[in-house]
Amino acid sequence: MTDAATLFGLLAAALVGIGIYALIVNPQPLRKIVAFNVVGNGVFVLFGAIAHRGAGAGWGGDPVPQALLITGLVVAFSATALAVVLLLRLADEADSVSLAPEAPAPPEPGADQGQA
Amino acid sequence: MPHEMTTTPGGLLLVLAVLVPFTGVLLAFALGGRNAQRVATLTVLAGVAIAIAIVAAMVRADGALVYLLGGWAPPLGIALRADGLALIMIPAIAVVILGIGVYARADFGTPAGVREARAPLVFWVLLLAIWGSLNLVFVSGDLFTLYVALELLTFAAVPLVSLDGRAETLRAALRYLLYALLGSVFYLLGAVLLYGAYGTLDIQLLAGMVRPEPATLAAAALMTAGLLAKTALFPLHLWLPPAHAGAPPAASAVLSGLVIKGSWFLVVRLWFDVLPGVITAPSAQLLAALGAGAILVGNVVALRQERLKLLVAYSTVAQIGYLFLMFPLAFDGDVAALARGGALAGGMLQAISHATAKAAMFMAAGLVYKALGHDRIGEFAGVGRALPVSVLTFALAGLALMGLPPSGAFAAKKLLLDAAGASGQWWWEVVLDVGGLLTASYVVLVLAHALAPAAEPVKPHAPVSRLAEVAALALAVCSLALGLAALGPAPLDALLPDPLDLKEFGSALLVLAGGAVLAACLGLRLPPLPAGDAVVAAARRATVAIGAAFVRADGALRQWPVAGLALIAAAVAFGAAMVPGG
Repeated sequence: MTDAATLFGLLAAALVGIGIYALIVNPQPLRKIVAFNVVGNGVFVLFGAIAHRGAGAGWGGDPVPQALLITGLVVAFSATALAVVLLLRLADEADSVSLAPEAPAPPEPGADQGQA
Repeated sequence: MPHEMTTTPGGLLLVLAVLVPFTGVLLAFALGGRNAQRVATLTVLAGVAIAIAIVAAMVRADGALVYLLGGWAPPLGIALRADGLALIMIPAIAVVILGIGVYARADFGTPAGVREARAPLVFWVLLLAIWGSLNLVFVSGDLFTLYVALELLTFAAVPLVSLDGRAETLRAALRYLLYALLGSVFYLLGAVLLYGAYGTLDIQLLAGMVRPEPATLAAAALMTAGLLAKTALFPLHLWLPPAHAGAPPAASAVLSGLVIKGSWFLVVRLWFDVLPGVITAPSAQLLAALGAGAILVGNVVALRQERLKLLVAYSTVAQIGYLFLMFPLAFDGDVAALARGGALAGGMLQAISHATAKAAMFMAAGLVYKALGHDRIGEFAGVGRALPVSVLTFALAGLALMGLPPSGAFAAKKLLLDAAGASGQWWWEVVLDVGGLLTASYVVLVLAHALAPAAEPVKPHAPVSRLAEVAALALAVCSLALGLAALGPAPLDALLPDPLDLKEFGSALLVLAGGAVLAACLGLRLPPLPAGDAVVAAARRATVAIGAAFVRADGALRQWPVAGLALIAAAVAFGAAMVPGG
């Protein structure tokens, strides 16, 4: 029988894995932003599980990770807000919101041969 | 724990170094409009004074400054700590911020009678925010505070990319933000694992406790890979070229000269201060191998750019590689740990000479762009006559970057070469020398175009500010004169090589000549060949094919899925390389 902390740790690993997969594979920026939040939540769950393990040391739970976790949430929230605002501006300015890089410009024929 | 931590005299200065810029941010934002620039000017002056005071206090105390926030000692409390590394970075960053602040008055000033715009307000606010965040990175003594500082730095840097609001810069900013977030989540995951294993995030406490066990290795690999993504070390550089090339020149100077130094500095902190005994020789070699890849690909692709700002952005990719060469050279095989010594000093010197030179280079490129209305290198003929100061700035910054005496990069290169020679790692000597040649090649390429005579005199499209020209030139001269510190007082004169050695000037000429040859082989838009020589024509076709292959490889690596997988691969590779005995 696994204890709760291990279970939460495994859950955190699953969240991080799903999030990173989506972050890399999904081309749409909004999905990437959501995926980032999934990864972030995985890390926070892991931190919670680690805080709970402090209980094993005889405390009622380690308060430091909880304090750090709250700060982490604020940072993740700010990051999400900034990314969404950038995305909205991009949607206003451009036809598509793809993140595809500017197509690597094919070298102009003859440019290399140094035509004056 | 070696000794009880207490607040030292002058420790409050560290708080001020962080607090004053952020107070400026809030004031500039609240007062708005025209006042933002005034607040920024005052804050920059105050910040420079604080940086000087920190240096003075550290010289007086002859050791680290410490400030315990609220009087609570770690592990419960948080300590701010300025050691030798911070002593180098804080004043250097202050000088660059001062230069950029003067330069930006021309672009982001709001003279009376002109309608207030959003871009100047945002620029001044973010400039101060970046400064405060960087100072926090330098003085934080705790891995979580460092995480917050790094995130603040990213949040302040990303909007600078898209100051002008064009779709392509917004796209570049979003790519930068998302990739940086992926990197920071890796870092945070590593920090969480370290806390889980050791119950503290204080750097000094951790350094005494870490052992090479699975949780530590996973944490070290994740944190390193995440920080490399934020630093844009090859092959994790997908966001850098469009972001740095698309931003306004003053912002590019901030991004390229300063922002990447934040996450780079954190790698140095992590490897030298937190995990010196966990780092293995293969992992240090791997880190520098990525740096060597950056030098090769960044420089060759820089040579193939048509636009000056993209060329300078790719040269940043290459220079980032240089910053990571010190790690294997600082590895002490006898004790199997990273040691502070000549190699680390060389790396730090490299960082501050790059900060000054690269900021100056972007500023000069911005002035040329403003005057011509474009920055196509192929159409630069006559620029040298129309904008002598800007072209001189570019040339001096270029000489400083390629490590010609008496520049800071020259002293840095000598220190690194000595360390490589002493530890028998000849392959890094080769990389260092080839890197200098490649740097010389794009500087020569640009200067050859800019100094070419024009059929008719170039008529500046818009006037450039004299003050901005002087600010850029001053930064370039700073970088070029850094090596002269060796003529100064002890212990610098013992540590640094003699910058006025005549032999060095001879080899500098060789580097320039080699660079010219490389530029002639690999550059874009070269003068036509004399007709009829089949061998030369075949050689030209071959070098052009090589250059094009590098550009294609770079394009492939900068696709999002490839770069994402590369990040994971980097984490796995570092984890594997750190396994003891592996």
